[in-house]
Amino acid sequence: MLKRAQALFLRLLSPAIALAMAGGVSAESTTRQLNMPQGVTEVSQAAYDIHMIMMWICTVIGVAVFGFMFYVMYAHRKSRGAVAANFHENHVVELIWTIVPALILIVMAIPATTALLKVYDTENADIDIKVTGYQWKWQYEYIGEGVKFMSELRTSQDEIYGRAPKGEHYLREVTQPLVIPTGKKVRFLITGNDVIHSWWVPDFGVKRDAVPGLFTAAWAKTDVPGIYVGECTELCGIGHAFMPVVVEVKPEAEYNEWLAGKKEEAALYASTIGKEWTFDELMVRGEEVYERSCAGCHQSDGKGIAGVFPALKDSPIALGAKEGHIAVLIDGVAGTSMQSFADQLSEVDIAAVVHYERNAWGNDVGDVTQPLDVLNYKKNQ
Amino acid sequence: MAHGPATLADGWGKYLSRWLFTTNHKDIGTLYLWFSFAMFIMGGAFAMVIRAELFQPGMQLIKPEFFNQMTTMHGLVMVFGAIMPAFVGLANWMIPMMIGAPDMALPRMNNLSFWILPFAFAILTSTLFMEGGGPNFGWTFYAPLSTTYAPDTVNYFIFGVHIMGASSIMGSINIIATVMNMRAPGMTYMKMPMFVWTWVITAFLLVAVMPVLAGAVTMMLMDINFGTSFFDAAGGGDPVLFQHIFWFFGHPEVYIIILPAFGVVSHIIPTFSRKPLFGYSSMVYATAAIAFLSFVVWAHHMFTVGMPIAGELYFMYATMLIAVPTGVKVFNWITTMYRGSLTFETPMLFSIAFVILFTFGGFTGMMLSIAAADMQYHDTYFVVAHFHYVMVAGAVFSGTAAVYYWLPKWCGKMYNETMGKVQFWIAFIGFNITFMPQHFLGLAGMPRRYADYGLQFADWNMVSSIGAFMYGGAQILFLFNVVRTIGWGEPTKDPKVWEGAEGLEWTLPTPAPYHTFAKPPKIK
Repeated sequence: MLKRAQALFLRLLSPAIALAMAGGVSAESTTRQLNMPQGVTEVSQAAYDIHMIMMWICTVIGVAVFGFMFYVMYAHRKSRGAVAANFHENHVVELIWTIVPALILIVMAIPATTALLKVYDTENADIDIKVTGYQWKWQYEYIGEGVKFMSELRTSQDEIYGRAPKGEHYLREVTQPLVIPTGKKVRFLITGNDVIHSWWVPDFGVKRDAVPGLFTAAWAKTDVPGIYVGECTELCGIGHAFMPVVVEVKPEAEYNEWLAGKKEEAALYASTIGKEWTFDELMVRGEEVYERSCAGCHQSDGKGIAGVFPALKDSPIALGAKEGHIAVLIDGVAGTSMQSFADQLSEVDIAAVVHYERNAWGNDVGDVTQPLDVLNYKKNQ
Repeated sequence: MAHGPATLADGWGKYLSRWLFTTNHKDIGTLYLWFSFAMFIMGGAFAMVIRAELFQPGMQLIKPEFFNQMTTMHGLVMVFGAIMPAFVGLANWMIPMMIGAPDMALPRMNNLSFWILPFAFAILTSTLFMEGGGPNFGWTFYAPLSTTYAPDTVNYFIFGVHIMGASSIMGSINIIATVMNMRAPGMTYMKMPMFVWTWVITAFLLVAVMPVLAGAVTMMLMDINFGTSFFDAAGGGDPVLFQHIFWFFGHPEVYIIILPAFGVVSHIIPTFSRKPLFGYSSMVYATAAIAFLSFVVWAHHMFTVGMPIAGELYFMYATMLIAVPTGVKVFNWITTMYRGSLTFETPMLFSIAFVILFTFGGFTGMMLSIAAADMQYHDTYFVVAHFHYVMVAGAVFSGTAAVYYWLPKWCGKMYNETMGKVQFWIAFIGFNITFMPQHFLGLAGMPRRYADYGLQFADWNMVSSIGAFMYGGAQILFLFNVVRTIGWGEPTKDPKVWEGAEGLEWTLPTPAPYHTFAKPPKIK
């Protein structure tokens, strides 16, 4: 019994022990971290520094005030025979404890202002990246480069619902991370597509709300390659916890290679869009897309959530004409949370997921939806 | 003397109509207090669901959809259902007795302002059982998540908020009218007890900001049902406008919650120090200063929305200023204890814990005011920890202290001191186990309102959940102790109850008669 209690105690203390032993901070060692990360940019360092200054000031004041309070609670208790005095005013003392904190605040305002100026120094960027928050994924667009892609959670629903063991990077992995080079000032232009999200990378000290109809700017410049994980920090619906931010910082040469590869990929995709897909190929790809982009609302079994997210199983749209089904994905449904997926999914993915929805969970329409059908719908709009 | 209130002995009909139609400030105060306790238990149950789901990573008990409803309802019920009505209840009971008035100035409105509240919360809670579920957009209900993307039941939520607002405004007008007109002869403003002062200032805040909240939800209603685009960017509106309006209400709102708590503590600490409150007039001025500042700092809740830097700097400086009057209050409380003759009955324990934990929450508040650091803290568990230190250890601890402090006066019976102290220690330890680790979680990067989290946050979440169950258990003990006192407590007839108690309410017989100060007392 005692041993078990001891083990539990150690387990509870282990974060503190781990911190004491860890020393340095690297991107992947955030396990059991207690304090704010110092991060790898000037901005994150500035935030950390001002955080530590404030914490120490508060600690000193706290020790003094509570120390005095505990002394009073010990020394002036009735059980020790203390007799109450009767004073209830002292203008000098009262004036001192109004003015002294005010002076401390004025002193603190100076580093606080300097730090904030650093945060807002978004001018003269080398690279501009547009970050758009979607329910529940991020889109990154390299402005002027013609490269644009979606970054979605890679952790499976099975892991989340305990039907499969959780991987090492549970909820910290995405389909495609944002890639930026070292040594370049990167400006993020952040906006939202549907509701408000918030794009946060703790190691960059960057957190900006992604507000529909508004652009906010933030910046990062780092010399430390690595993978940095962040989160969405504004409640954005049921997928709020399931849209992590992952940024990979590469040395400049590797970054250029990656960017060139991305451009090639886009060209290659355009040339293969006319390919004829088979029924089964589409089912496999469709299920993948569905799990990632649709199951959050409509559920893996296609039954939706009554009153909020309609069921797709046996739904008139899924069983009706193909064009109508494609239209829902391309145009969205006005006034509901069903958004347009035209910019979020490729023609191949839209075709695959439409095909899947029409032929899964007993929806036996039996037809085949090709990427060309989607392309034609878009052209006829 | 007027006839007494109907009791159960007069039959159920008479007993029920007594409570339904009562215009007696003590009856209405009792109704408010029981209602708020019921809401406290309900909001607490929601919190237990949240902590149970967060006990381990992964979704085990509920789905994210329901999780969001729980976080939203927990916030709404605790703020509007538990804490605010609790202090209105205390105001109803104590203000007339403290200023030597026979009752509140507007007794029928008093009855109305209470009896619409249960309907507001019945409407709000019923949405949980409707198709689409309850509100799922957080207690701050940011548009457009709460408009275009909300379930249809949001209309019930809006209606409920309107009713709560009407109730609060009526209650506030009543308190202002009572204090301005019904003070006993000789009780000048600067002789009023601190609890009365803090409540008058709170009432003015309420009258000023509840209409703003009503405006916000009305705009939502228009956006949802009548095709306007106040908050819809696609129609030329601005989602950030919503946040400005909400926090223009929301920031004074948090002081509405905490100021009466300051008042309560300013009574209890002198009583158990057997020494008058130190710096009474600076307490009054500090309260007024805090109230004024609360109107000019709202956008510090929005440091990450991309305000221009001039706005950020202004809101940062203004927010830092709040530390000055708040510091004055803390120093005054501690100096009141200095060279007193201290004893540590349950109300005093809760009040001391209030001072320590509220100050701790104040420290994190100062850290949060620094905009550059707030970019890292914002919307993480650091913020959750911060506001639970000021709300729970602030408002709930002082509310508990108030109940133990005045309960003997209300019902003429003593509570069980040992049980009170046991409750205090369970609550104090449980509270800190729950919320202290949340600071670490937030700094390490866990955002708030997350239904699920990465494995690196698993340890502290488990600790936090264990603490939460402990803290929840302490409330059951609280309920038990109060019921036991009312039913079977040790009778006491001592008008002062506490050796060091000062003030008009302690000149009245114990238990306080149904009608008091039919003739105004003389104030020297």
